[in-house]
Amino acid sequence: MFNKYEYGRIGEQCWRERLDNGLRLIVVPKKEYNRSLAFLAVHYGGADRRFKQGGEWTDTPAGVAHFLEHKAFELEGGEDAMTVMTRRGANVNAFTSSEMTAYHFDCVSDFYENLETLVGFVTRPGFTKESVEREKGIIAQEIKMSEDDPDHAVYYGLLKGLFKKHPIREPVVGTVESISGITDELLRTCHSAFYVPENMTLVTVGDLDPISVRKEAERLFPRGYRMSPEREKVREKLEPAKKRVTAKMEVAETIFLAGAKTDSPSGGADGVRAELVAALSLNTLLSEASPLYSELYSEGLINETFSYDFERSNGVSFLSFGGETARPDEVTERVLAEAKRLADGGIDEKYFARRKKAAMGDELRALNSFDNIAYNLALGAAGGYDYFETAPMLKDVTADEVRDFLKTWLTGERLSVSVVQRKE
Amino acid sequence: MRGVRLKCVSTRKFKTGAISLSLICPLDKKTAALNAVLPYVLRRGTASHPDMVSIEAYLDELYGARLEPVLRKRGEVQCVGFYADFVDEAFVGRGTGIIEKVSELLGEMLLMPAIAGGRLRRDYVETERDNLIADIKSELNDKRSYASHRLLENMCDRERYSVPKLGRLREAEKITVATLTNHYRSLIGCAPVEVFYCGSADPDRVARAVRDALSGLPRREITPLPTTEIRYAPKGPAREFTETMELTQARLCMGYRVGDAMRRPNRAALSVANAMLGGAPTSKLFMNVRERLGLCYYVSSGLDSHKGVLLISSGVDGEKLGDARAEIEAQLAALKAGDFEDWELETAKKSIVTAYLSVCDSQPALEAAYLDFGLSGLELGADDIAALSEEVSREDVMEIFRGLALDSVFTLRNGGGDDVQ
Repeated sequence: MFNKYEYGRIGEQCWRERLDNGLRLIVVPKKEYNRSLAFLAVHYGGADRRFKQGGEWTDTPAGVAHFLEHKAFELEGGEDAMTVMTRRGANVNAFTSSEMTAYHFDCVSDFYENLETLVGFVTRPGFTKESVEREKGIIAQEIKMSEDDPDHAVYYGLLKGLFKKHPIREPVVGTVESISGITDELLRTCHSAFYVPENMTLVTVGDLDPISVRKEAERLFPRGYRMSPEREKVREKLEPAKKRVTAKMEVAETIFLAGAKTDSPSGGADGVRAELVAALSLNTLLSEASPLYSELYSEGLINETFSYDFERSNGVSFLSFGGETARPDEVTERVLAEAKRLADGGIDEKYFARRKKAAMGDELRALNSFDNIAYNLALGAAGGYDYFETAPMLKDVTADEVRDFLKTWLTGERLSVSVVQRKE
Repeated sequence: MRGVRLKCVSTRKFKTGAISLSLICPLDKKTAALNAVLPYVLRRGTASHPDMVSIEAYLDELYGARLEPVLRKRGEVQCVGFYADFVDEAFVGRGTGIIEKVSELLGEMLLMPAIAGGRLRRDYVETERDNLIADIKSELNDKRSYASHRLLENMCDRERYSVPKLGRLREAEKITVATLTNHYRSLIGCAPVEVFYCGSADPDRVARAVRDALSGLPRREITPLPTTEIRYAPKGPAREFTETMELTQARLCMGYRVGDAMRRPNRAALSVANAMLGGAPTSKLFMNVRERLGLCYYVSSGLDSHKGVLLISSGVDGEKLGDARAEIEAQLAALKAGDFEDWELETAKKSIVTAYLSVCDSQPALEAAYLDFGLSGLELGADDIAALSEEVSREDVMEIFRGLALDSVFTLRNGGGDDVQ
């Protein structure tokens, strides 16, 4: 049933249904807006490298999902879907993460024509052997450009430090070498395996009629229900593979990123709650409102590039923090010491209560962004939770949970540090 | 209030309300770095919230309101101030007075900074000065923007426009407690102030809150709104500038003067023309230089409609620099000759209509647009420009293309060691 759900506390509503072909459809009505957004998520990303087909495990090189994203835009006959939609005034884009390939557009007119084009090119590949070969040059350039980027280097440095074999440690775009072996046949295999309605979520956000969107979704997607293949679950010990990874690049200031693996539950409401606890823990420890941030900032040890994050995808999770600093080790030590102090009972209840209040405000603010809404609803749809329910969950997170998180995961032996230093 | 202008956009569609406050200053090499550092110093502490911890604690209590320094360069004008956003009262209960509280905090941040011995606090000034210096230096990290900055510095060497948004390094290094305090006092006395609000509150209530918050503003002789000097044509043949650095790809930046079209600038037509040349994915440059010929990694054009300068920026393999440049010039020549299809014009118009209508869907974009239009003396909203964009004709854009004259070219080449392939 195509049901309407109301979320009074956050002033949102949505209509959702899982269609007969397995497609998850979510329609978020937004009055008074000029823009409408369609976001089509394929739950297949850079780290879905090994999967089971016809009883056999298939291995694929790093960068296939991203390569497919590039080639998906090619329509039969060679025309580029992006051009077709851009000519209608739409903004069209796509991205590939370690667990998702997403195609999306926003426009102020011709929404349904654009939706038809979008679903058409995503579900019916038009690439050829020649066009796949040609694309290698373009993607190689993109890879080289990302390799020039110090933030990219420090991030993948950390992932290599944390993970020994999990595919998340390879860049989503792959390497010039790994993509060289990709063929049109391989792309077709992966497309036919993963680009099925059962493995997709369509989210629309805007001043659109839900019934019309549903009708179009039914008409445009392939009919039959087919399961996407099982992916390999790679398990790793919680200890980091390497304690330190260093690179030298042309940067003005040293950049570092420290991180630790955690064993958070990977799916459902438990998973998303664990993510909230993790985020609130890091927020309590490291946000701009924290005593530590203020100290480090005043001493000139960190600047506004300092940030922290918690990521949960492909069955693994990890925390990270870092930024520009002349003294990465000192910052890391100070963070660990403060985590210990808080874990040993130093969380001020008042401080914690107001951080929660602020986190609620942040969750509400995030609902101004169509892209954020669509991305998170799609992620939740595949992960077994409802993004619109997560903000109210914050209320119940306790200081004890935060203490536990800090005590368990922010310790020297869990940590790996990635550093990008200036080339002299 | 003298020299203070308030613009209110009433809407219930956002989860947040937004208030911004900008001091409008002429861009000048002597004051640019002082202006750039000032909002960061003021953000460090006020009389009643003397340090970051207490400011953040207060913002937390206001449901995680955000209040951030904002620094902008629009033509030869530097806008210095703060942007605040906060949960709309609809979600936290009427009567929380959140608009009054945020306005008051903004006012206090501007007018009652943390003071030591009658001056801005030394520790705040010095750390923020060092941060500014680091920011200026870290421009090196982004080769694309570095190349654009270097082009403008060279191309406009005799114009105030050459001063970067953050100011120059040597000026930043000279900042002291005394110079910054003096500069601060003169700014709050004389600079025109633009205030913007967007949200669900009644405009009268907002006006009251802002008036109360700024009641301590020591208004002296108000400086007139600064203007931007426009040069209509390059002095002579295009000038060439080159630097070398260790790179995997070279960068090519070409700076043009918009010319006579700047005498009565038509914002809609300028936007459409830029979209046709290099501002959209169906532009001449993108479709030909990148997609058809594969001569570059990226190529795009951007236009400062205050200054009348158009910049083409591209990332290129070192050995393809010449070809890429020749093709860029060929594409522009085609546009000047009217050698383009109707769909190219129509597509550019649609992309600009989408862009301006989308502005109305985002608070930060609305804020930026109102400031921008206000500085251009345009009494229009983004939706008006969207409507005007639909009307732009072939002749309108041709006039702009014909006026474009190449002034300077900046090339960043690979010079250190072997090219990393």
